[in-house]
Amino acid sequence: MIAEASSATQAPSRFRAHHFETAEQQYAASKLGMWLFLVTEVLFFGGLFVAYAVFRTLHPEVFMNSAQLLDTRLGAINTVILLFSSLTMAWAVRCSQLGQQRGLVICLSLTIFAAIVFLGIKGVEYSHKWHEGHLWASQYSSGDAASVGGFDRAGTFFSIYFAMTGLHAIHIVAGIAAIGWVLMRSLRGDFGPNYFTPVDTVGLYWHLVDLVWIFLFPLLYLIG
Amino acid sequence: MNNSSLPADEQIHSHVSSPQQLISIFVALLGLTALTVSASTWPVGRFDVWIALGIAGVKAFLVAAYFMHLRYDKPTNSLLLLFSVGVVVLFLGVTLADVHQSEPQVQAAGLPQIPASEAAP
Repeated sequence: MIAEASSATQAPSRFRAHHFETAEQQYAASKLGMWLFLVTEVLFFGGLFVAYAVFRTLHPEVFMNSAQLLDTRLGAINTVILLFSSLTMAWAVRCSQLGQQRGLVICLSLTIFAAIVFLGIKGVEYSHKWHEGHLWASQYSSGDAASVGGFDRAGTFFSIYFAMTGLHAIHIVAGIAAIGWVLMRSLRGDFGPNYFTPVDTVGLYWHLVDLVWIFLFPLLYLIG
Repeated sequence: MNNSSLPADEQIHSHVSSPQQLISIFVALLGLTALTVSASTWPVGRFDVWIALGIAGVKAFLVAAYFMHLRYDKPTNSLLLLFSVGVVVLFLGVTLADVHQSEPQVQAAGLPQIPASEAAP
């Protein structure tokens, strides 16, 4: 035992499980487990990207015309917001590694705030599409169909749009919950230089959600 | 972080990103986002999707290598990510090759098909 151990930055971690040889081994094992989960996430979204590619190569003009109905400005703003949240998340990991409790709480709060703003903007986009009738498959009904050519299959584009952005939005919600959990634990002072695994692994998940959006934004909003 | 007051098996040694590095990666990502928005207006025809994917690929690399620390990690984690991306590329390539091989026969046979966009006026 360390006699002068008083703060989280000095003490050995209370969270080290007995079946690990060292704290570092526990950390590396947790991280590997998170990466294995992220592999399944990449494959999960991969299936939707394949559906996107099949329909886009068969009907390129449908995608070009339908994409005009998306708001590029809102999509770009949301991209910047997610990139910012990735920055604050990476910074949160840094704070936890250095034992900076206040910085950690601030960075995690900023990340959650950015995630909520992202969902808010997504909600504005969705409700706009709902009112315009720009919906999935046979639900697609819009008065402007005649004014812009090639809209017969616009429902196909919007099926893919809602499936991909919807699944992504669900991941944002899950991310808010996970980061909220890490935030609660960081308020309790659980994390420091010798134990920051949850901050790091939840961070990895959050960056993956950002990675998916990095591909979704140009593929959905910036066609044609 | 090194904490000499603790026994070695209680310590975790991992790379701590510097503020300069985090900020410069973020700025690079913002710049690439602006680039991909402006690139979508370039008159490059069918290559637009490859330009968009190329820029997104560079952004993904920056996030994975620096924000996700892969550059400083054990190579196992990078291998896992590359493996998953490789499987998606294989999935994509084989599916597209098959769709484009069989689509003419599907249409010729008058079987249920993905309705041809040419039907649109």
